[in-house]
Amino acid sequence: MKIADLQVGHGLPEREHTPSNVSLFLYNAAVWNAHRIHYDERYTTEVERHPGIVIDGPLQGDWLAQCVSNWLGDHGVLERFQYSNRRATYLGDTLVSGGRVTAIDADSKRATIELWVKSIDGEITSPGSATVRLYA
Amino acid sequence: MTQLLTDEHRAWIGRADEPVEVEVHRSDIVKYAIATEQVQKKYLSGDEAPLMFIFNLFGRPQPIANLRPDGLPRGMRRGPSLPLKRVMAGGTEVAIHRPIRPGDKLTGVSTIVDIYEKAGRQGPLIFTVRELCVTDDSGSPVFTETQTSIAR
Repeated sequence: MKIADLQVGHGLPEREHTPSNVSLFLYNAAVWNAHRIHYDERYTTEVERHPGIVIDGPLQGDWLAQCVSNWLGDHGVLERFQYSNRRATYLGDTLVSGGRVTAIDADSKRATIELWVKSIDGEITSPGSATVRLYA
Repeated sequence: MTQLLTDEHRAWIGRADEPVEVEVHRSDIVKYAIATEQVQKKYLSGDEAPLMFIFNLFGRPQPIANLRPDGLPRGMRRGPSLPLKRVMAGGTEVAIHRPIRPGDKLTGVSTIVDIYEKAGRQGPLIFTVRELCVTDDSGSPVFTETQTSIAR
């Protein structure tokens, strides 16, 4: 992939994510996070009043970073990355990560990417953006 | 709008925490890569850390006795005692200088770079912006993370 091959509007491959109790347990163990809203359903619904086990916001940030990294491969480097969690998502939800190129600077070989995690209904739950620099 | 922040709160702007040192282990990268369902070999083999491996990398593990009933550590971060208590994550922005690899010995310094308030639709909001600057053992920058937390 070269900067000359890209066009504004170019889409990054979308990917579906459906976290399970097991995958959330492994993620929270890996990042050393013992917050009970990610594994204790009774506590989560009765004390913190969520409708279900909460999917970690930074995990959705990871999906956005993967979206760029998997698309970019060894053709360049990720220089800047930004995301925020706009609304909570819950165990049982299927979410879709994706993105598109919004700006290209051919001289510096940089491209700006808009990123999103969406619900299956199309509502953006975690928007983000990235800047990549291609090698060619 | 009533001013919630005082000079005492704003005096925290510019204050840095003590540096935290972390050594990166291949097995930790592999566990993270599996848990996040990475697909690239360099991550699954632990040769390189996925970008978001940095989340909580500089959080010091606390004894179980230091955890609150919700499972989070007491006194997670130094900072002013704000008049609004429900805290949620705002945005995260990362400037990446180089990938993290096993064997890296990293030093992170977190600094409060801004505290400000705004009127939200459902009441006042206080924004605290922290910058985490991470260098390797040669002093070269690895990444800089800017995190905003919102109290309401």
